[in-house]
Amino acid sequence: MRQNEPSAHPWMANSLADIKQAMLKEIGARSVEELFEQIPSSHRLKRPLRLPRQLSSEAELKRHLVDLLAKNENCEENLNFLGAGCWQHHVPAVVDEIVGRAEFLTPVWGSAQSDHGRNQAWFEYASQLGELLAMEVVQLSVYSWGCAIGHGIRMAARLTGRHEVLLPRLIDPERLSVIRNYCEPQEMARHIDVVQIGHDRKTGGLDLKELKAKISARTAAVYFESPGYLGGIEAEGAEIARIARAAGAETIVGADPISLGLLKPPAEYGADIAVGPTQPLGVHMNCGGGVGGYIASRDEERYVREYNGFLVSITETSKTGEFGFSLASAHQTSYGMREAGKDWTGNSVYLWAIANAVYMSLLGPKGFEEVGALILQQAHYAARALARIKGVRIQFPKAFFKEFVVNFDGTGKTVARINKALRRHRIFGGKDISREFPEFGQSALYCVTETHSREDIDRLAAALKEIVGK
Amino acid sequence: MSEKDKLATYHAPVWSEPVVMELGHPGRRGQIFAAADAKIRKAVGEARSLLPAAMRRRQAPGLPELSEPEVQRHYLHLSQETLGMMGISLFGTCTMKYNPRVSEMVAARPDLAALHPHQPEDTLQGILEIIHSFDLILRELSGMDQFIFQAGGGADAAYTNCCVTRAYHQARGELARRDEIVTSIQAHPCNAATAAAAGFKVVTLQLEENGYPSLDALKAAVSNRTAALLIGNPDDMGIYNPEIREWTRIVHEAGGLCFYDHANFNGVMGKLRARDLGFDACMYMLHKTFGAPKGGGGPAVGAYGCSRALAPFLPTPVVAKTADGYRLDHERPKSTGKIREYWGNVPQVMKAYAWARAMGAEGINEASDLSVLANNYMDKKLGEIRGLSRSNPDVGKWRMEMTRWGLGKLKEETGVGTADVANRMADYGIDPYWMSHEPWIVPEPFTPEAGEMYSKEDLDRWVAVIARIVEEAYADPDLVKTAPHAQAIHRIKSAPLDDPKQWAMTWRAYLAKHRHGQEAG
Repeated sequence: MRQNEPSAHPWMANSLADIKQAMLKEIGARSVEELFEQIPSSHRLKRPLRLPRQLSSEAELKRHLVDLLAKNENCEENLNFLGAGCWQHHVPAVVDEIVGRAEFLTPVWGSAQSDHGRNQAWFEYASQLGELLAMEVVQLSVYSWGCAIGHGIRMAARLTGRHEVLLPRLIDPERLSVIRNYCEPQEMARHIDVVQIGHDRKTGGLDLKELKAKISARTAAVYFESPGYLGGIEAEGAEIARIARAAGAETIVGADPISLGLLKPPAEYGADIAVGPTQPLGVHMNCGGGVGGYIASRDEERYVREYNGFLVSITETSKTGEFGFSLASAHQTSYGMREAGKDWTGNSVYLWAIANAVYMSLLGPKGFEEVGALILQQAHYAARALARIKGVRIQFPKAFFKEFVVNFDGTGKTVARINKALRRHRIFGGKDISREFPEFGQSALYCVTETHSREDIDRLAAALKEIVGK
Repeated sequence: MSEKDKLATYHAPVWSEPVVMELGHPGRRGQIFAAADAKIRKAVGEARSLLPAAMRRRQAPGLPELSEPEVQRHYLHLSQETLGMMGISLFGTCTMKYNPRVSEMVAARPDLAALHPHQPEDTLQGILEIIHSFDLILRELSGMDQFIFQAGGGADAAYTNCCVTRAYHQARGELARRDEIVTSIQAHPCNAATAAAAGFKVVTLQLEENGYPSLDALKAAVSNRTAALLIGNPDDMGIYNPEIREWTRIVHEAGGLCFYDHANFNGVMGKLRARDLGFDACMYMLHKTFGAPKGGGGPAVGAYGCSRALAPFLPTPVVAKTADGYRLDHERPKSTGKIREYWGNVPQVMKAYAWARAMGAEGINEASDLSVLANNYMDKKLGEIRGLSRSNPDVGKWRMEMTRWGLGKLKEETGVGTADVANRMADYGIDPYWMSHEPWIVPEPFTPEAGEMYSKEDLDRWVAVIARIVEEAYADPDLVKTAPHAQAIHRIKSAPLDDPKQWAMTWRAYLAKHRHGQEAG
């Protein structure tokens, strides 16, 4: 037992004096300090780092982290109706087990052979999402839905040589802000104009008249969502795609994949490029850190050659009948071509692609139909229950999936005040959108999923009734 | 057992798992969702009746139908058919290190996994405190004044930097003129690529014999059109640019900003600080240097920090500490807006915080010591192997935490190249190494980075495997050229991957291209 040496850190096998000495001896250096000779002394930090006390004991560290996190309140101990791009869906236990496997969790890359299982799981992500979307090419996921839209728009700009995108005014401000960064400020030479299209007052769908008026030979793409930010299902998808095609523009559709057991796949109403969120498919909300985005298209070379990230193709091996999986058309990425590549790529959310693959395998066609139906029926039940409360109104009551806008103008109370009161009932009310969209007055975006029960919804309605009645 | 025998005892599991699309049986279920409550059904009717007729799905998606244990077993087998760093992975530039399980356990708790980013701030005080505390740790390590975690990886942080650069010059009315970003050929490709995607022209500096571009080349490249410099230091060859302070001064004099891509931070942690060298902003990869897992490519975090002068242009929100606790500051009028939804991969930030706390100042210093020691130890041993050469042989000084090596001579003499050797390594249970970013400056490159986790025995074994494969290359080159031989599958055919008639990115594409004809026949 060495007396005067601090304990070796559990994560550093060589942090022992005798090992360091042996390594120094092997290379012929006198001290570790000597090895930093390349750094001029004037560049060096001259004092020790001032950091909080070391917690090298796992027991102590765990206690510290758990105590900090206990200051949060979460969506299991509260009844949650927040959605707006990050949704509380059921995560099957098997999904958590698989993404927790160290072989998937810890590595960075490998080869098509050494990490074959991971590549196959990626291909199965794309294959299953391709079935939901009825599309043949699905790229490995990008950072988020907003990032997928951004890359999709830039693909369309390169495909058409045009520099304008038309998209709905009723869009998540988070996503819109991301999109604007992808489209670049006006000072930049390849700036893409973002032109917003208003909505039909009755349905909340895209205003086709305005779309027709604004679309032109400058338009690279028309982007719309179904279900959209405010939950609405776009009933005129085919007509929008027709208008876009007539103008020579690409149609990009954003769709929540958990809706696709019931809703028509975007390709069937004219989408050239489909994008959307991947978090609903088996990823926890993680305080917003569960988001991911998909991009998909038909298997046409002109599209394939414009993808920014990783496309995983099935191929054969030197053994007859054996499959392997590796990157297709890979040279076009920024890894292969630096600034001449298609946009840029890097680490993304590939572990979540595996979560998505497991989730889709567990659900199968019937599971997607069931979960979609349950969400749809519960959301509509909730909307009707809330609409019965005096002063409460549903903004677009007809065609929506899991989210809907609840207007409280008739109650004389603000959403902020109502949500604060709901907290006493241990309820997180819907997202306050009264500042984002002032035209809807005091309104909140409510989200109902398969994780809610009828009793939960009744409890919300009772609490709201009590609050607005006061 | 002799050392030689020990090297030859690995074989990957072979499960021959079919593609999941081929598995199952009609009617099998892996998850069931109960029908809506009777009262709900009565109130709203059939689900389909709630959808516009034109938007109803007509044909069920062609997904597999499997029982729950079948799904579990299939994906467990796929995980087993993944070497996944269960060997020894010295994947240069990625700083492979232990991802503590305790952080995974904590991250799975509902107090993190079941948080919604739009919850009221007073219900998020624990996680906001962690983010702010970690921000303070990074400020101490870098000398910067504010960090954000919105970027979903290192490249996304480079992109964040380009967006912040745009906003900064836009606010000064100079954006239209300042349309150039200067970088070096040795900088990560994402620096050049994000600059171009953000709308800038890219000026790329070439390297001198000493491993970095000359001051004269920099001076010639910089002008009143320069928006920013994006540069890493040390680079992937383990060479530190001792003139870097002069670089930041020159760029600042021309009115440009300086961004330090700190991807290669492991060897200089606690030794130097980006701000002290004159940089306005820097980036750390929490999934590399700070112990959060890589997940095979994310979820990751590029922590982006900057000076007080640049902070107003950061994406929103920024976590701030006030007298009443922690809050999210969304009201930042000069902000570039968002580069990704929400505030980042929050669990990864927690894991990085946990890593930094477990390491402490002394552990972080020790880790950079060990990683530089380990690299030079490996350099010594690799230098003794035939057919290998070190980049920049004239640089006589000790290298930083990684070195680029080349197998040009081996290739010339045996026909065996770096990709072959990487493939063959897996046959010894060693994760294939990182070769090099494009373009290859060193012929047939490979770039090991030992880091602080791996033991001396691991490093010895890694070098012994390289030595063994080189022996094989000289004795029986075909053995290496046809490798790997002990994996879940044999060597893949790569020709179909760039052939539109053959590539298939989904099972439906595969069926259409490769099976349709057979079935018809």
